[in-house]
Amino acid sequence: MKYHTPASFADAAAIAASASGVTRFLAGGTDVLVQMRSDIVMPDDLIDIKHIDGVKDITQNADGSWTLGVAVAGAEMSEHPTLGKDWPGLVEATDLIGSTQVQGRATLVGNLCNGSPAADSVPAQVAAGVTMTVTGPNGDRVAAVEDLPAGPGRLNLEKGEVISAVHIPARGDNAGDAYLRFIPRTEMDIAVVGCGISLRLDGDTITEARVSLGAVAPTVLLVEDCAKAIIGTTLDDAALDALAKAAEAACNPIDDKRGTIEFRTDVAGVLARRAAKIAYARAKGE
Amino acid sequence: MALDEVKEIVESGENYDTDKEFKYVGTRPDRPDGLDKVTGRAKYGADHYVANMLHAAVLRAPHAHARIVSIDTSKAEAADGVKAVVIGTDLPEGLTGGDLHLQENTLARDKVYYDGHAVAAVAATSALAAKDAVKLIEVEYELLPHVIDVDAAMAEGAPVIREGEQGPTVPEGMHPNVVNYIEFGHGDLDAGFDAADLVMENTYKTEATHQGYIEPHACVGQLGDDGKGEMWVCTQGQWFIRKMCAAVLGLEASNLRVTPSEIGGGFGGKTTIFSEAISLALSRKAGGRPVKLVMTRSEVLRATGPTASTSMDVKIGMKNDGTMTAGKVVFRMQGGAWPDMAPTGMALNCAFASYDLPAVYHEGYDVLANRPKAAAYRAPGSPMAAFAVESLVDEMTRKLGLDPIEVRIKNGAKEGTKSSYGPTYKKIGLLECLEAAKAHPNLAEKLGPNQGRGVAAGFWFNHGGETSVSMSLGNDGTVTVSAGTPDIGGSRASVALMVAETLGIPYDHVRVNIVETGALGFNEPSHGSRATFATGKAAVEACNQAIGEMCRRAAKRWGIDEDAVEWKDGAVHPAGPNAGEFPPMTIKKIGQTMGRSGGPISGHHETTAGGVGESFGAHVVDVEVDPETGKTTILRYLVVQDAGRAIHPSYVEGQYQGGAAQGIGWALNEEYVYDDMGRLQNPIFLDYRVPVASDLPMIDTVIIEVPNPGHPYGVRGVGETGITPPLPAIANAIADATGRRLRHLPMTPAKVLKAIKNG
Repeated sequence: MKYHTPASFADAAAIAASASGVTRFLAGGTDVLVQMRSDIVMPDDLIDIKHIDGVKDITQNADGSWTLGVAVAGAEMSEHPTLGKDWPGLVEATDLIGSTQVQGRATLVGNLCNGSPAADSVPAQVAAGVTMTVTGPNGDRVAAVEDLPAGPGRLNLEKGEVISAVHIPARGDNAGDAYLRFIPRTEMDIAVVGCGISLRLDGDTITEARVSLGAVAPTVLLVEDCAKAIIGTTLDDAALDALAKAAEAACNPIDDKRGTIEFRTDVAGVLARRAAKIAYARAKGE
Repeated sequence: MALDEVKEIVESGENYDTDKEFKYVGTRPDRPDGLDKVTGRAKYGADHYVANMLHAAVLRAPHAHARIVSIDTSKAEAADGVKAVVIGTDLPEGLTGGDLHLQENTLARDKVYYDGHAVAAVAATSALAAKDAVKLIEVEYELLPHVIDVDAAMAEGAPVIREGEQGPTVPEGMHPNVVNYIEFGHGDLDAGFDAADLVMENTYKTEATHQGYIEPHACVGQLGDDGKGEMWVCTQGQWFIRKMCAAVLGLEASNLRVTPSEIGGGFGGKTTIFSEAISLALSRKAGGRPVKLVMTRSEVLRATGPTASTSMDVKIGMKNDGTMTAGKVVFRMQGGAWPDMAPTGMALNCAFASYDLPAVYHEGYDVLANRPKAAAYRAPGSPMAAFAVESLVDEMTRKLGLDPIEVRIKNGAKEGTKSSYGPTYKKIGLLECLEAAKAHPNLAEKLGPNQGRGVAAGFWFNHGGETSVSMSLGNDGTVTVSAGTPDIGGSRASVALMVAETLGIPYDHVRVNIVETGALGFNEPSHGSRATFATGKAAVEACNQAIGEMCRRAAKRWGIDEDAVEWKDGAVHPAGPNAGEFPPMTIKKIGQTMGRSGGPISGHHETTAGGVGESFGAHVVDVEVDPETGKTTILRYLVVQDAGRAIHPSYVEGQYQGGAAQGIGWALNEEYVYDDMGRLQNPIFLDYRVPVASDLPMIDTVIIEVPNPGHPYGVRGVGETGITPPLPAIANAIADATGRRLRHLPMTPAKVLKAIKNG
């Protein structure tokens, strides 16, 4: 195995592009190192991107949007004085990943790139409208988070491409987000279902919404029908029913050791209702 | 205490006067092993390092049932750093019975019987080299049909796992996978059911669960060509390791010296061997270099002792006033692919042990399946039996509109009751536990919507067993105790307290060491809730022997009769004014002068400890069930249990809480999940869901003390009973909260939600 510490994302992309065997990027390492130790993967080239300038920075831009370096750890997001006030759902979702020790290393980008449909931060990222800068051998492109997962463990990234920055939109006024997951225990577990919701109000009426579901399909889903079900409503019982139905209809889960098709589908609707109420209350400033 | 009184107690054995004030027994000093454990200084199995040590890795079968056609180890043997490779046929032939089964499980010979069954092992100069070399071993398998579920394994057409293992009592015509059959009972069952106003029967199932100890199995084994060896190992019983490794490898037991490490949990799972003999076999092949073998968590879950899975029929008769008139159980249990590993007999014995029934009948089937070879797990068989019986008692109690605690008091076993499994109980504390539960403030808490309360009783026999203990006096008057039972639950502290009490010296003047196999006679493991009972009892008798010697020496020095010397408060005294005027001689003074008074002073006691006292308990749990997700939250949990006497109450409470915590996991989430090929899908703590700390409320405990007359301080043993009521108590609470009765564990959110939806 060759271990690389490139000084720029362009260099990282170049190393990955010219590598012939199994390649992994290393930031927090909470997935890659565990997989190496459990004999799931042994990379020929391990490219450590933590030495690149700016990868640990959390920056709020002039327009209110946020740029995060790719090695910012969950604990750094949770302890940031204002990020969590703008995006409580996203920060809470990230905080659900792993233990306190894991939180000191784990990153949003790593959680996305591990490719699990059950990743906790990813539905919250999708609901928030997070985008990523992707650096490749031919330069940079910007991709929406919902367009990156391709299936369990697979991403829509070309050979040599590496995610180089995280962009979180400006929160703006009268808006809130929330993420809920279902696990059989209270912590240290993998989502059986996850649901992220971000919405904006005009008075009591929802004007914008993004609803995302995790662990109910091969990839995290952005569910347009869920958003439609609540936009234009005051999140009354009819709207919540319609939201739950749309969430259930969007599910395409599997039976496995973590949950059944029936259970995942039922609980997707339940979590959508509950998350929507939290996001709505946050948008109202409650 | 005068010498003749000491003698009398040693001889009578079974009728100790425990009704007195104690100075040390019942106090809560820090445990002697505490500082080492909280600072990381304590040495666990994997912490042992020896010069020139090699590292082992094991190749495990990825199939539930297959014939081994060939194994080619040549590439592994040629790999860098590899010093030895062993396979099943390297082990001696000709073993029979339980020894053969241990050997087959150590390394498969002809067939692999479960996913994770060891087929080969490598010793190399580094753990990484060993792991890489294992991948070079080529095994050709011929796949065989497999069976996982206990009912499926008994059914016509099920794949036959072993031929010729069926015991003589198995009814004719049963499937060869049924290897043993047990039946017993007493009273007129038909008359009992006829006398009932309500007769109900149901079938219950429990899934296999793992002991879930934090510390994976680890050892270092060293064995030379001369057949002499050593082992340092994490175990509940160093003499069992010695006996079993010697049998599997064809060694003389006395040539193997086994030293136990500290132990990070065992719960019965470390009373047998899994890979220990492999490290010795590799060492012998590697020219006697020591070989360290440390299991991964995945190996622990795939290949070490889970408990049995069960399928159980229960039938009970009850009168309208709650009087139980008869009970019958039929239990089917699988304990893996080897006979006698499922605790079928013990489950049957425990089924109705809490009740005074005029008529009981028990039937049990021991069944083979393609699963790991089961090991003991905390009160083996009793939790499952309690789940079946206590669930049905609860259903009937609800149906008749009766109070669940009152019904248990009405029918509860007490002194003089002929137990369901035969013997007549001496002093026991079930009714005291039920009364204390009834009076506990938790029962006054009002329940809200979607909340429910469940009650269950539980039982464990406890155990005495083969025990050997020594103590010796230091020249400063402090005392060293050599004990053979590894300290899994605070037994060093408890034994030190009993020794301090017996000798009348301060607790911190007693050091209890857990010693290797060469230092004492044979000791059974720390199993059966016996360490504080049996090691404590033997330690007290060893002290009494030393007290006798100290009195004799004083008598000689003072020139008076031995009978005229008594021991009290850590010193010899003249027994009364007639004995003469001599200043008392303290143990410190005796220690300082013992070289001149006749040499070292020590005490020793060995016994197969009798006088065991049963421990009963009652649990009350409050739950809330989320009606939309089926998730159960434990709101309050109460454990009431008879300890006989709590020597160190903190560690008694710890045992109560630990039993409840493991039972909660078993009830709600823990299970072995297999795919269609019989491969275990969740051999990782992420998906094998033991409770995490935030899943549990503070578990309330009440210690009942109905002293056991068979122990000098009244000890019964407390480790196991605590895991027996949680399974039914939680099922009963969920039934109370939801109106739905779940009869198949675990009661996962998916199962509970389905039950709620389906009405």
